[in-house]
Amino acid sequence: MISFSQVCKRYPGGGEALKNVTFAIEPGEMVFVTGHSGAGKSTVLKLMAGIEPPSSGSVIVNGQNVGALRPRAIPFLRRHFGLIFQDHKLLFDRTVSDNVMLPLAINGYERKEAARRVRAALDKVGLLGKERANPITLSGGEQQRLCIARAIVHRPAILLADEPTGNLDSAYAGDIGELFKSFNQVGVTVVIATHDESLAARLTPRTIALSHGELAA
Amino acid sequence: MKTWLSQHRYTVAEALAKLAGARAASLLNVAVIGIALSLPLGLYVAIVNVQDFSGRLNSGPQLSVFLARDAGKEDIARIENHLRQHAAVRKFTFVARNEALRDLSASTGLADVVDSLAHNPLPDAFVIDATDGSPQTLEALRDELRRWPKIAHVQLDSDWARRLEAAIRLGKLAVLMLAALLSFALVAITFNTIRLQILTRREEIEVAKLIGATNPFIRRPFLYSGALQGLAGGGAAWVITAACVELFNRGLADLARLYAAEFHVRHLGLADSLSLLAFSALLGWLGAWLSVSRHLWQIDAR
Ligand SMILES: Nc1ncnc2c1ncn2[C@@H]1O[C@H](COP(=O)(O)OP(=O)(O)OP(=O)(O)O)[C@@H](O)[C@H]1O
Ligand SMILES: [Mg+2]
Repeated sequence: MISFSQVCKRYPGGGEALKNVTFAIEPGEMVFVTGHSGAGKSTVLKLMAGIEPPSSGSVIVNGQNVGALRPRAIPFLRRHFGLIFQDHKLLFDRTVSDNVMLPLAINGYERKEAARRVRAALDKVGLLGKERANPITLSGGEQQRLCIARAIVHRPAILLADEPTGNLDSAYAGDIGELFKSFNQVGVTVVIATHDESLAARLTPRTIALSHGELAA
Repeated sequence: MKTWLSQHRYTVAEALAKLAGARAASLLNVAVIGIALSLPLGLYVAIVNVQDFSGRLNSGPQLSVFLARDAGKEDIARIENHLRQHAAVRKFTFVARNEALRDLSASTGLADVVDSLAHNPLPDAFVIDATDGSPQTLEALRDELRRWPKIAHVQLDSDWARRLEAAIRLGKLAVLMLAALLSFALVAITFNTIRLQILTRREEIEVAKLIGATNPFIRRPFLYSGALQGLAGGGAAWVITAACVELFNRGLADLARLYAAEFHVRHLGLADSLSLLAFSALLGWLGAWLSVSRHLWQIDAR
């Protein structure tokens, strides 16, 4: 479903974030990308979603070479994914339910159906009572769950989560881990970038470990 | 198709809500656009009315044909006959020289002078209305009549028609120039409004791009918003001009009563009004399009 072969990534004006990285992720897998801060975890996820192009090597998603896609094709690639960003990227001038509505509007869902799905997604992450609230009034953990709701509302085949348990206590992190497990159990491919050891210990997934931009054996 | 439609309806509703939300600012914009557009619009309405009015004045330009001194009764009858058969002549009246002299002494108060004349210095004359009042027809008719025997002089009073026509042409040119200038202003105003909208919605655009929004999807609400602003501005111009016409007509009513005449300035017709609205909406759309094309690529999703 996703494969990296000999991928290097050098940011303009930066060092090499990824060096010669090769791996493959099968459909329906749950995979953790781990490593120290600055190891290149976020970079791996950004390459998958075509947010950054690889400097060399190839990134293949669903048989498509992401680095070679025309700019016009990129949006359609991204719709395969549910994205959870390290810095959340919630819109604080919209209500909770409008935030979750955004991917459905982009995918052209009919309004009634969209509203139904928004409620279903919010229910799944336990935010059903907060539909009309502004995300700024939510706690850190609630914001995190809002991000998850937005990522899954259009039922993507692949879920990419960057530090989904960022600064949550371990009980909370456990809940969120269970949530990802449940998505994976219904067939969603889940890729999580994290340095949260306890989460990994709980879910016992396959792990791609990075160290200074290289695969650590 | 259905989702496409529903997406569009959704965006229109959203753009309307935004327009209503930023009420003070957008109201000001709409007012500025309305005032700007009402300048050429008002001039246009004035010109259309003048043209209309001059067309309704039936005493269009006339030809005065003065006969030679030695023209006798048969000559007059022959000329009358020719005129009656001429295609370009709508109607004519014969003014006999005695009659003309009588009129002159009665209307000018020169009775003493006229009485002292030993003989009548005036010739017999015809006054002719042409079938159409265009200077071309009149001049052709004049040149033809000049060549007829026993006709001493043909005078065409088409100068005022020519002047009016030239003035109307000039006025139309002025409307066109004003309209072009102020259309540019409308585009510029919309360009700037949309630029600000894009800046304030920068994050939203960034996120939308990250999760798979195409450029047309992102562009759409801005285009609608620009077109709506243009449309509202056009509507404002229409209302402003309508108010001016109404005020003018009230002033005119007194004047018309004094002259026992029927003057009435008319506002734009339906077709012109619709074109105005369509045109201003189009310009707003254009301004938005330019703005979006210029500013959207600067927002790079990371
Ligand atoms: N946009 C960028 N421009 C330049 N350098 C960058 C950029 N993004 C990341 N880097 C560099 O690339 C390297 C890998 O960054 P990345 O964000 O992938 O790390 P990470 O493993 O996600 O770290 P963290 O756990 O802190 O999120 C770092 O050295 C970082 O400084
Ligand atoms: Mg990171």
